[in-house]
Amino acid sequence: MRLPGAYTPKNIKVTSNPDKRRIGFLVNPVAGMGGKVALKGTDGEDTLRRALELGAEPQAEARAERALDEFRDEAKDAVFLTAGGQMGADLLEKNGLTYEVVLEVGKKTTFADTQEAVKRMLDAGAQSIVFAGGDGTARNVCEVAGDKIPVVGIPAGVKIHSGVYANRPAEAGMLVKEMLQGKVRRYREAEVMDIDEEAFRGGIVSAKLYGYMRVPDNRRFMQDRKSGSSRKDAYETDAIAAWVTENMQAGALYLIGSGSTTKAVMDRMELRSTLLGVDAVSDKKLLARDMNEQEILALMEKYPQSKRNLIITVIGGQGHIFGRGNQQLSPKVLMLIPKENITIIAAPSKMTELFGKSLISDTGDSALDKKFIGYMPVVTGFGRKIMARVA
Amino acid sequence: MKKKVYPYIPNSEPEVQKEMLRFIGVDSIDDLISDIPEEVRMKGEMKLPEPFEAEADLFRHVNGILNKNKTAEELRCFLGAGCYNRYVPAVVDEVVGRSEFLTAYAGEPYEDHGRFQALFEYQSMMAELLDYDVCNVPNYDGAQAAGTALRMATRIAKRDEVLIPKNINPDMLKSIKTYLEPDVKVTYVDYGKNSGRICMDSLREKLTDKVAAVLVMNPNFFGVIEEHAQEIADLAHAKGALMVALVEPSTLGVLTPPSRYGADMACGDIQPLGIHMNYGGGVAGFIAMNDDHERIEEYPSRLFGIAPTDGGEWGFGDVLWERTSFANRDGAKEFVGTHSALWGIAAGVYLAAMGPQGMKDLGEAVLQRQVCLRKMLSGIKGLCVDKFSGTPFEEFVVDFSGSGKSVSEINKKLLEKGILGGYDMSKAFPELGQCALFCVTEKTTASDMKALAEALTEILG
Amino acid sequence: MDKFTSMKKFHQAKWNEPIIYELSEAGQRATLLPSACCDCIDTAEALSTLPKNMIRKGSANLPEIAQLQLVRHYNHLAQENLGVDSNIDIGQGTCTMKYNPKVNDRLAGSPKVADMHPLQPDETAQGILEVFYKTGELFKEIAGLDVFSMQPGSGSHGVLALASIVRAYWRDKGEEEKRDEIITTLFSHPADAAVPIVKGYKVTIIQPDADGYPDIEAFKAALSDRTAAIFFTNPEDTGIFNVRIKEFTKLAHEKGVVCCYDQANANGLLGITRTVEADFDMSFFNLHKTFGAPHGCGGPGSGLVAAKKEFRPYMPTPLVEYSPEKGYYLDFDMPKSCGKIKSFWGVAPVVVKSYAWIMALGAEGLKEVSRVAILNNNYAMKKILAIRGASMSFPNHPSRIEQVRYSWEQLKADTGFGTSDVQRCIPDYGTHYWSSHEPFVIPEPFTIEPSESYSKSDIDAYCAVLKDISRLCYEDPEHVKHAPYNSTVQHIDHDYFDDPGKYAITWRVYTKKYKGYFEPR
Repeated sequence: MRLPGAYTPKNIKVTSNPDKRRIGFLVNPVAGMGGKVALKGTDGEDTLRRALELGAEPQAEARAERALDEFRDEAKDAVFLTAGGQMGADLLEKNGLTYEVVLEVGKKTTFADTQEAVKRMLDAGAQSIVFAGGDGTARNVCEVAGDKIPVVGIPAGVKIHSGVYANRPAEAGMLVKEMLQGKVRRYREAEVMDIDEEAFRGGIVSAKLYGYMRVPDNRRFMQDRKSGSSRKDAYETDAIAAWVTENMQAGALYLIGSGSTTKAVMDRMELRSTLLGVDAVSDKKLLARDMNEQEILALMEKYPQSKRNLIITVIGGQGHIFGRGNQQLSPKVLMLIPKENITIIAAPSKMTELFGKSLISDTGDSALDKKFIGYMPVVTGFGRKIMARVA
Repeated sequence: MKKKVYPYIPNSEPEVQKEMLRFIGVDSIDDLISDIPEEVRMKGEMKLPEPFEAEADLFRHVNGILNKNKTAEELRCFLGAGCYNRYVPAVVDEVVGRSEFLTAYAGEPYEDHGRFQALFEYQSMMAELLDYDVCNVPNYDGAQAAGTALRMATRIAKRDEVLIPKNINPDMLKSIKTYLEPDVKVTYVDYGKNSGRICMDSLREKLTDKVAAVLVMNPNFFGVIEEHAQEIADLAHAKGALMVALVEPSTLGVLTPPSRYGADMACGDIQPLGIHMNYGGGVAGFIAMNDDHERIEEYPSRLFGIAPTDGGEWGFGDVLWERTSFANRDGAKEFVGTHSALWGIAAGVYLAAMGPQGMKDLGEAVLQRQVCLRKMLSGIKGLCVDKFSGTPFEEFVVDFSGSGKSVSEINKKLLEKGILGGYDMSKAFPELGQCALFCVTEKTTASDMKALAEALTEILG
Repeated sequence: MDKFTSMKKFHQAKWNEPIIYELSEAGQRATLLPSACCDCIDTAEALSTLPKNMIRKGSANLPEIAQLQLVRHYNHLAQENLGVDSNIDIGQGTCTMKYNPKVNDRLAGSPKVADMHPLQPDETAQGILEVFYKTGELFKEIAGLDVFSMQPGSGSHGVLALASIVRAYWRDKGEEEKRDEIITTLFSHPADAAVPIVKGYKVTIIQPDADGYPDIEAFKAALSDRTAAIFFTNPEDTGIFNVRIKEFTKLAHEKGVVCCYDQANANGLLGITRTVEADFDMSFFNLHKTFGAPHGCGGPGSGLVAAKKEFRPYMPTPLVEYSPEKGYYLDFDMPKSCGKIKSFWGVAPVVVKSYAWIMALGAEGLKEVSRVAILNNNYAMKKILAIRGASMSFPNHPSRIEQVRYSWEQLKADTGFGTSDVQRCIPDYGTHYWSSHEPFVIPEPFTIEPSESYSKSDIDAYCAVLKDISRLCYEDPEHVKHAPYNSTVQHIDHDYFDDPGKYAITWRVYTKKYKGYFEPR
């Protein structure tokens, strides 16, 4: 059921007691169309046209509906804020849910529509956003919403490297259901990753970390009454940061980044850092922020090899230590740092997600990647490491 | 030979074994462990004594061994030093002997509601006795409680050094060190040679702004009341340190509770609250403090809280289950294991049975006996009951140095007369010469005291 | 009626028992205390010896209640609790819930144990010292090692003792500073990773390989001359026996590393494979699990530490010894000892119970314990794996030792209900189930450990309960949503445990924060 009243930002009052049941809902109708026709994504109008010419069929809506199946019953008294037609309104109407349209869209939708819709959802008091799409969609949502409100991603795209997506549409639906039931008490930061599709189509994988959004932490609230040691991610990350900073050597160079776990190390030293970049620290003082390859190389020259250290985290659902989101750490850079001076840090939940998989080094230099093959310790807590296989 | 069927092993019966193996689809139990390699298999059988399969035989055997003990009940007991020969009301034994409690472990608040409530009530009553807001589910013992409280203090104060007075229980100190080493620096504060209390000069000297906490045992190991506890707390607070009081909880019907002399935390052992001595196996620890969220976050122990339910009942569960802010600094250097919950239930029953008047009566009964015994012993040649000028409560030091005899000799002779003499302090406190720590409880009778006085007169005479 | 049918009709005691403070009536007494011992000093005079500021003003706010009313209160609470004696307690995997023979309670509760002061002269404590000593002698065969301490109060405490011994050992060898790392495995008990950190160690965790065994290549990579010790549980909490265990100890010993065996899961190994065969230097056993002593709502238990004789100097002090001249005695003469783990000498009643338990069974009986534990487990496994929605971790293992970590991953995917929902349903059948501890790498986990105490029909009934809950998840989600129905209390609001403004850890705080039934003040 569509609620009356067109979108006018001015008449929206943000109350001090926000209504948790105002939920943004967005479908990127073209997400996932490239996959079947081997186009590796549908970012860009030309590609989309090609996809359609090749016989691609929209599937995002079907996937979104699969998720909706899970939470429809719980959402009876919720108000969805959505974009018109195939970007959400059609599906909500079909499923008998209540919604307001914040943005009318034409037949052809673009990333700009996504961004504008998200912006208007926030203005209209959305307390969370549910969206169906791929990495490109997540990027667009993230650019506007950042980590302001929780999101749930329904995987519908060809490229799903971002941690903001649930494994399956049904699982995304269950998460939404738990949010509606007020069962979600905890959120965690998940990565928004995207691959440069141009390069990808050309056979070059070049993923980038674009940011973080907040997603429900659905590891169940399992009270471990026997060992008493399950912990929140934030605590764990802080413990890792405490360990790393306490074990830093005087006079040595530390390159730190990128990612939220490594940012915690910077926060611990009360240094301003770049979430998505590589910073340099020595004796707990900031030397440089968000350096590029050349700057890193120049800085490293001032330190003997044994004093060059690197602190990185595991990025992305595939378990990359190099080659995703930290391209500044080029083969040239990595060549100049002793392997034993590389500290990998990761929250235990990250290692749990990757259980059974190997970490991946994808520096673009296969000879260099070989150097990392084998086992490397990953710091997962205070004084606690896991031996991880790197393949 | 017919296969044995064991009363504790229903499926040792051969027919049922066959049926189960058939269901699994193997021929024998050995097939189920075929992957355990030969090289790690035990060769041959364990050479254990022949078992006592009949319950009557087993009872006779074990009881026969235990009967070689001479208990504190069969002797006249003047031993304390961290374990107290209190009377345990029958209701306490009845409750902790109930198999719903005895054989339970870690059920959820739904099916083990009773355990949660009993321990919530224990926390509540302990908090009242100690005059704090919060008390934990028991941990291993008072020593661990003290070690943990000091570790908590290092996190709260963000400092790494603690002060421990030399008049602390030496047995406890050994375990406390196990919990503090190697991260926390321990500095010792002297006691006054005359008073037996913490030496204020020594305290002032050691109390720098690096100190996280000052531990005060009250009454201290010499049995002496630390009557300047408030001053110690003030000094500690002035330096930004905490004061942690290590108290014997059964004294608090009469003695001022630690919160009222400035202690930030209290810790100790609940054995004297209705738990049999059990040769030292009746110990269990507590840590109490006020309702300050930041500090409560530092507890590594379980805390049960009360909550409403859909049915309007009292519900219970673990408060701040994921409270581990100690990860921030101390790297989660503490752990929760299977501690001493049953003793917590026992102490709860005890406190409820005693009530406010009972705890007062207990303290008075103990105090009266101490004053009485000290008076009775004071005239005996060769000993001195005024080694320390500080006021004792339930224990006091008797100095035998003047007798030319060692405590160990004297205790041997006392034992011949059916008396368990005081704790021999000469090993742990060589500087005191031949001193012993005597203890009374509400169970000590006039006849016990008379027997002791007469025996000592004879031995020392 | 078969067991399952009767369990379906279960309803737990529901007394709506008030908090003990609500039962308080002014002036009531449950017990009276002795008065002054004689006339030589009266109470007022005795009180006058105390410094004024140290006399408590007012009395402690404890409840006032007569004896029957007190006993009734606690009986109600007891009835609102399940224990091994009341239920088929196989759902608390890794905890080895087994029958605790009553005769052992009688023996351990005797005044000959209860009324022993720990500082009594050894000559008056010959009985209890003999039990400690002889229990050690039994473990010479059970573990195959030489020296024993029963000081620790639990398994985690046993790990603390081992870590402390390791530290004392390396201190004596002059390598305490250098040897600062301990290696354990992901499916060892979590205490093996958590506790050594208390003793200042860094801990490295080895993950399993595809077959569920600790990855030996990762172990090789982790092992170095900085390694102080390894702490391995075997079988691990998955119930999988690490068949290459001897390769691990061999590699470790080549680097001089001390090998510590967590034998908390020994219930399937007695008389089959021991610490000594796996070539470990030390191990610990939970007397309150494998050796028949009860759990007591969470302690006190006992963690028996066993070691090769070369580690004797570093053991916790004192050790119980015997000589024909002195009889049984406590040996404090241990200058290189790691110190103490616990006040006094250990949890004597638990040691008595375990001694009696072992002496009732003998070598053949102990082996039967393990054989039947294995039989029960593999029988239950076949039944559970036939339940819709259930699966097991590392399914390519043909059989398990004494427990299995299962998963409701499929149930969750199909129905949205997972292990915590099953946990919520099971009290309605008068039994209990636990959703497992870390590591949470197995989705929607549960661990079932049907020890030797349970009969075939017990296991059948418990598996039928799991099957019934699975059926409800698929067929009657509404029912599952609101479970439990037949338990002592209905759904508990968890917000009252996490919000500092709301939680109340004592009745005192409750009455400060609320009046009536949770009405904020």
